[in-house]
Amino acid sequence: MDWGQILNNAAGELLSPVTAAYALAAIGISVHFGYAGLLNFGQAGFMAVGAYAFVIATLSLNAPLWAAFLAAILASVVFAFLLGIPTLRLRADYLAIVTIASAEIVRYVVSTTGLTEYTGGAAGLSGFNDAFVGINPFPTGSYGFGPWTYTANQLWIRVFGWGLVVLATVLVYLLMRSPWGRVVKGIREDEDAVRSLGKNVYAYKMQALVLGGVLGSLAGVVFVLPRAVQPGNYGTTLTFFIWTMLLLGGAATLFGPIIGAMIFATLLTLSDGILRGLISADIITFISTTQAGQIRFMIIGAVLMLLVVFRPQGIFGNKKELSFNV
Amino acid sequence: MSDTAVTHPLVAGAVGPGCKKVDPIVVADSVTRTFGGLTAVDVQHVEIPRGAITALIGPNGAGKTTFFNLLTGFDKPNTGSWSFEGSSLAGVPAYRVSRKGMVRTFQLTKSLGRLSVLQNMLLGATKQPGENIFTALIKPLWRKREEEITAKAEELLARFKLDAKRDDYAASLSGGQRKLLEMARALMSDPVLVMLDEPMAGVNPALTQSLLGHIKELKSEGMSVLFVEHDMHMVRHISDWVIVMAEGRVVAEGPPETVMSDPAVIDAYLGAHHDTDLGDMTGSNPVIEAKEAAAAHHGGNADRKDEH
Repeated sequence: MDWGQILNNAAGELLSPVTAAYALAAIGISVHFGYAGLLNFGQAGFMAVGAYAFVIATLSLNAPLWAAFLAAILASVVFAFLLGIPTLRLRADYLAIVTIASAEIVRYVVSTTGLTEYTGGAAGLSGFNDAFVGINPFPTGSYGFGPWTYTANQLWIRVFGWGLVVLATVLVYLLMRSPWGRVVKGIREDEDAVRSLGKNVYAYKMQALVLGGVLGSLAGVVFVLPRAVQPGNYGTTLTFFIWTMLLLGGAATLFGPIIGAMIFATLLTLSDGILRGLISADIITFISTTQAGQIRFMIIGAVLMLLVVFRPQGIFGNKKELSFNV
Repeated sequence: MSDTAVTHPLVAGAVGPGCKKVDPIVVADSVTRTFGGLTAVDVQHVEIPRGAITALIGPNGAGKTTFFNLLTGFDKPNTGSWSFEGSSLAGVPAYRVSRKGMVRTFQLTKSLGRLSVLQNMLLGATKQPGENIFTALIKPLWRKREEEITAKAEELLARFKLDAKRDDYAASLSGGQRKLLEMARALMSDPVLVMLDEPMAGVNPALTQSLLGHIKELKSEGMSVLFVEHDMHMVRHISDWVIVMAEGRVVAEGPPETVMSDPAVIDAYLGAHHDTDLGDMTGSNPVIEAKEAAAAHHGGNADRKDEH
């Protein structure tokens, strides 16, 4: 059992592009749920919309890189409007149901065989990264140290992904300290009260839904950039992973979603490495390596239950906010 | 009252249900709202006077709050039209009603718990450019207005004696303080008409005095007030005009002294026993009698259970 390798892998996960994608998506639902009180259980759907819009624009339409990014953003804006127009006038629960269902609809649509020509069906698509690799500003070579040693391309995708995370955080910071953020937080508390003060609650909820959705779709793009797009990745599990990360870090906090994503991704790799190590060293004999992949989710689930019981506000959350029964 | 026409300075012509006012601020015509088979509101014609404190009273289920919700755009009527300062409000969404200067509070306080008291107040302000998602990003575009409304909020908080609570979460306030906060917040937008839905419900007697004072002050500052209330003493104390609703209709209106003695009001609202204090039970107690009858019926079993 090679502890060095296990820790190395886990530490590498800390800054991986997938973690950056998780963090972006978690910032998205932090805007939805943490600040605006919108229950979006379909963040995986937004990620899929973004990823597929980007890939299809690149492969089927031969769009340049910037246009493919724009396509991802526009697609998620349209998706947000589709979800929001019928539900945002209703109670919060309706959005939750609609988002969870439409995320599944998106997943089934992109994996249907009738659309294989564009979406690649269940196998997904790859080979769309050339343009992104082409604008890599870093010369060939080896960068970093220890578990964070990267080739030029690996560095580029990380700098890009985490750059987006930083931009999103700055954007959320600027918005939430502003009067716009105050209105949105007021809507989270009681939308009728905010309505009685002359604010167009529906428009604010729509703006928050679009903003968080766009962040989700950019997360989807970062998610697929280093590899391929596959419909199987966008199940409800992905949404709940992101929710877990958000609650782990603290819902209405600036750094909560980022740190939550880092801890979650690292723990996932670490527990996997340890379990596999123990099995290959014959210390654990009653489970197979395939089962180990599932068991780590059980362990993480148990850890999260403990967290919710003993620190419900998350790592960065303000305990005072939760001490009121509002 | 109908044989000898009574007049009043607020009224043009004779006083009576649905009478014309000299200077009405709100005029409602044939407003009806049904919930299934139940007609909650069926108001033929009513006018709310400007620059006065008007009380809307009536028994539980009379449709007062529903009528309030209809006027402020929080509910949609089945039929009817109503106007505020001459412009029609039928079909206008609640937030636009508020922007026109008709601001309401709620029966169950809606303070925004996880925002500070000051943030609650600032939310009541209007014309803050930073509430637009794009201007929000650039602080210099909204900093000046923010300073103005913060100063105004602090002034109002001091007036309502909430300045010490400025940075506390609104959720930490007591029920009465929340009522005060809600009223102060409504004043941030300099409304023309303040609509208070049961401002005294759940407020202790000590705070009641100060709330009454604040409501009177609104009038002296030139605002019109319409409030729903159950406490007759309060109604008598501060209102200039009283509108009585029962079963969805306006059954009487007039100055408080005359309305209280109107037989229609006594019948519909106060009931025949309005002068007897229901808290003082000298006679038989029906609850105890029923309990005793039940105990006698079950015989010894009931007694044994009681011993546990």
